[in-house]
Amino acid sequence: MGMTMTQKILAAHAGLQSVKSGELIEAKLDLVLGNDVTTPPAIKVFKDMGAGSVFDKDKVCLVPDHFTPNKDIKSAELTKCMRCFAREQNISHYYELGQKGMGIEHVILPDNGIVFPGDLIIGADSHTCTYGAVGAFSTGVGSTDLACAMASGSTWFKVPEAIKVVLTGKPSEYVTGKDIILHLIGMIGVDGALYKSLEFTGEGTHYLSMDQRLTICNMAIECGGKNGIFPIDEVTLEYMEKTNPDRLRNGKYVAYTPDEDAEYSEVIEIDLSSVPLTVALPHLPSNTRPASEVDLPIDQVVIGSCTNGRYEDIKTAAEIFRGRHVKEGIRCIVIPGSQRVYRRALDEGLLAVFDDAGCVISTPTCGPCLGGHMGILAAGERCVSTTNRNFVGRMGHVESEVILAGIPVAAASAIAGKVATPFDLE
Amino acid sequence: MKVKGNVFKYNDNVDTDVIIPARHLTSADPEQLKLHCMEDIDPSFVSKVQSGDIMVAGKNFGCGSSREHAPVAIKASGISLVIASDFARIFYRNAINVGLPIMECPEASEGIMQGDVVEADFDTGIITDITTGKTYSAKPFPDFIKKIIDCGGLVAYTKEKSGGAGDI
Repeated sequence: MGMTMTQKILAAHAGLQSVKSGELIEAKLDLVLGNDVTTPPAIKVFKDMGAGSVFDKDKVCLVPDHFTPNKDIKSAELTKCMRCFAREQNISHYYELGQKGMGIEHVILPDNGIVFPGDLIIGADSHTCTYGAVGAFSTGVGSTDLACAMASGSTWFKVPEAIKVVLTGKPSEYVTGKDIILHLIGMIGVDGALYKSLEFTGEGTHYLSMDQRLTICNMAIECGGKNGIFPIDEVTLEYMEKTNPDRLRNGKYVAYTPDEDAEYSEVIEIDLSSVPLTVALPHLPSNTRPASEVDLPIDQVVIGSCTNGRYEDIKTAAEIFRGRHVKEGIRCIVIPGSQRVYRRALDEGLLAVFDDAGCVISTPTCGPCLGGHMGILAAGERCVSTTNRNFVGRMGHVESEVILAGIPVAAASAIAGKVATPFDLE
Repeated sequence: MKVKGNVFKYNDNVDTDVIIPARHLTSADPEQLKLHCMEDIDPSFVSKVQSGDIMVAGKNFGCGSSREHAPVAIKASGISLVIASDFARIFYRNAINVGLPIMECPEASEGIMQGDVVEADFDTGIITDITTGKTYSAKPFPDFIKKIIDCGGLVAYTKEKSGGAGDI
């Protein structure tokens, strides 16, 4: 029996000819990631277990992004703990605030060219599944797994079965990767892909830019998925050429394709032309509705995060805000996902567009997405957010509400002062 | 090994944000985390839970964020076992890794009610609802997972595999 794309990557890293779903394997890792929340507990485990040094200083990536720039003394201590470890271990991929490559982990790893097709990556952050967009296998783990992986360079996996998601057609105007993944999560539920891979395929994939694909794979976890993965095509190769031409030219990557007779537990077809502008109402990402059917007043809009803080996202938002203004009484917080995105937006005048529109612009941070800082909600407040979770209390008070949306809906909502689409604007 | 305790019952899709909200993640100390366990879904949990009590929930327990602080907080609160219909995969790994006992059993998840007294045997996988007299059988762990549990968690397992502490 044939293998899925994910299974091929796992087999290759386990030194096996083939693997089957359900099989437990030990696999070598190409990159191991941690952030300022998950790494400090991992460092404690790392030291407690008597590990001396990381398995490879070039294959461990540590990113301060969750509570940074630090919101209080305790979070400053966490970041300091990680910073000291990074210095002590001489970690190459540590991204200090203000450095060119800094920002939100899942924005900067692809944009800095350190995740490649065929790579096997784990990260102590659930949204590590983002890198499937470039044809890698990547998945989230906890701090103890991170500690053991930093020490040994390997970890165990249960080989997942896969759901094949066949994308056909071309997305309608303003429909983004966010709408597509919310639509899928709405179809299958928050546990619809539990323990499984989501393998995206079909001619519709060609209409999706790398930034759109990154958004889609980022939220595979929100339907329980172990990973999401896209085939490697001209969009992938163009992106690699831009982010790491040396590695691309050296051919130090493998473009896996699924076998024709690979087995899938389910095949889901989505005609992209029929996917509406979609929002997820509180308190689950699967509680989706067409945005046009929702009429709710709001207090705040957040534009950014590892889901929607990339250049294309910021550019799209700016185009909607150009010549328009945030509704009086509404706060709109724009958070470019990385220093590079921030700088490009500055150079292209996009930050001025936001400023003119009455948005506030933040340095890159996860910040409000997880209720950390930079936009926490009070009781009874409602936020339209381009982030990834709308759980109870996710962005603040337990009686606050988060409505998940793509960039065009979020920007239009800020201007309208209620859930709206760009078609509702004059 | 057997555990016995009063049941705290929850629904499907209990996420790690409600188990331990991110505003408390500035500490990874179990003694701090346990003070806020389940705070956003069951504010009275911390004052009611007693050592040995058992948590029972529906599908997809522990979904969302990969924060290991979630199983750590539950374990530190005194909970001796979490029974669910199934677990989100990162939570499943984290629970095994930090030594929080978990059992997958859809029937028990449905049949057991808030406040029931339940006994569970880790060796046989038999769950007994003493209040109703019903018994359930949990899905057995794969051998490899059992080995990690028997070693006392992933750290001990990794150490054993590499021939002891030292340069791993």
